[in-house]
Amino acid sequence: MIEINCVSKSYGQKEVLKDVSIAIPEGKISAFVGSNGAGKSTLLSIASRLLPASGGSVSIDGTRVENWNSRELAKRLAVLRQSNFMNIRLTVSELVSFGRFPYSQGRLTGEDKAIVEQALEYMEITDIRDRFLDELSGGQRQMAFIAMVIAQDTHYVFLDEPLNNLDIKHSVHMMRVFRNLVDSLGKTVVIVIHDINFVSCYADYIVALRNGELIGAGDRDGIMTPSVLEEIYGLKIDIHQIAGNDICVYYK
Amino acid sequence: MNESVDGIGNGAARVGGVMSRATVPMLVSLAILSVLSLTIGNAGFAFGTLWTTEMGLTELLAITRLPRLVAVIVAGGGMCVAGMIMQTISRNRFVSPSTVGTVAWCKMGILCGTLLFVQAPMMVRMALAFAFSRGGTFFFMKILSRIPIRNIITVPLIGMILGAVVESLNTYLATRFDLVQNMESWLQGSFALVIRGRYELLYIGIPVVAVMYAYANRFTIAGMGRDFASGLGLNHGQIMAVGLALAALMTAVITITVGALPFVDLVMPNLVSAFRGDNLRANLLDTALLGANFVLLCDLVSRTAMYPYEIPVGVTASILGGAIFIWLLVRRNRYAGA
Repeated sequence: MIEINCVSKSYGQKEVLKDVSIAIPEGKISAFVGSNGAGKSTLLSIASRLLPASGGSVSIDGTRVENWNSRELAKRLAVLRQSNFMNIRLTVSELVSFGRFPYSQGRLTGEDKAIVEQALEYMEITDIRDRFLDELSGGQRQMAFIAMVIAQDTHYVFLDEPLNNLDIKHSVHMMRVFRNLVDSLGKTVVIVIHDINFVSCYADYIVALRNGELIGAGDRDGIMTPSVLEEIYGLKIDIHQIAGNDICVYYK
Repeated sequence: MNESVDGIGNGAARVGGVMSRATVPMLVSLAILSVLSLTIGNAGFAFGTLWTTEMGLTELLAITRLPRLVAVIVAGGGMCVAGMIMQTISRNRFVSPSTVGTVAWCKMGILCGTLLFVQAPMMVRMALAFAFSRGGTFFFMKILSRIPIRNIITVPLIGMILGAVVESLNTYLATRFDLVQNMESWLQGSFALVIRGRYELLYIGIPVVAVMYAYANRFTIAGMGRDFASGLGLNHGQIMAVGLALAALMTAVITITVGALPFVDLVMPNLVSAFRGDNLRANLLDTALLGANFVLLCDLVSRTAMYPYEIPVGVTASILGGAIFIWLLVRRNRYAGA
């Protein structure tokens, strides 16, 4: 269980998060939504210990984040920020192997190798395993980074805009993977995501932010209403039932 | 990226562990060059006489030729490994001890050692050289973290400017205290003065490489950024500090015993990573071997090109290394991310 209590974050005078309190539900996909600059990525970074909060506290499994042993925490929580390591020349399988670092400290056991192999298969990237990251398309590279996170095999998985750079097919594949991580493996997945229709079709829990303030957190059905969406995005959004899905229409 | 370059990338796929397809050929060429290095010189050398009781030849080997060979191999390999580590942790292919001023700071340390203690023992000069190299490199990294513009070229440019300032201070100090001749003769990068009793400090380089190897994966991960490293449970700042200290120690050991070897620490790691990627652990051995081969070749050229005179190896290394670097840049202008 991850609990975020009265967290705020300021850079100088600018307050980017104001007194946010949420509890991230176990065994669900939680989506952080909001406009640009709403504080989604900041909240994700604070909740996943990458960024210290200016005020408030984050506790993971009952222990405050600053009291965790960093190596132990890396076996419990994996996080990927928007990735742009464009000039690193690692092969895909080398990158994915780094996901095992918290366990093996770089000396891969047979079990580690099997887990790396599974992660490559899970993301369907075994065919590009020996290619260098800087030779791949943005989408392929993104799949490789997610495979690394999967190899890290943590209960909590935090991802900042994982659909960035992905085409439709890869986006759907990615969301199915998250669904599967939650449904089959019982993991807790937290994502920052812009595409509200992917949120509608895949998320269980939604955390909505606007200008650094929490404007709603709850089950998908409670947030996916025209009035709440208008409050989040400042845009009139219609919701239509199409093939059993709630689809937001806001393009015109 | 064109077909042939892609082909190189895939062809270099790992044979496994720390060895690559290039490892064995490089070991063989190092052996051949070593034999050449032992046999070339003013005093004649014939293998036939090696096993006779004739005095002179074994002594020649023990006093000058072998120390020189060991010095070349350790200095060449060590400098390149130090360059590789700095490149990796700074995420910049143009960062190396000679481009960011580590060598200049090191010289300042040696100079201060000589000024403060007349007849300073080697260990004292060594300690000062290390302290200055490390402090200077840290200072450079601190400046970097304050500068928002992170153009890949800006970083080494700042390093070179800083290095030039330090060098000019060195020259001032040397002029002021009448040490110019002295300083030039030590620090120009030459193996001509390496004899038994004057190179043993280089052996420190061997355990330094061992520690670098133990940390190799951490350096690669730190090279992917603070967030990435924290996500895997690593303390980014601590790894950076260890990496810089090891690179500075290696630079100090080499500079103090044989002088500056320009370009080597920049070019060889780039050559390795162009073909083999940035997985430090997999590349460390190849980088060391390539550096040793290259500097040994440079040393042979230095000794034979104007025989019986000797060109400082620093000069040969600059010319050959510079040529390789230009070739690398032209061939793979995409690779450096510039």
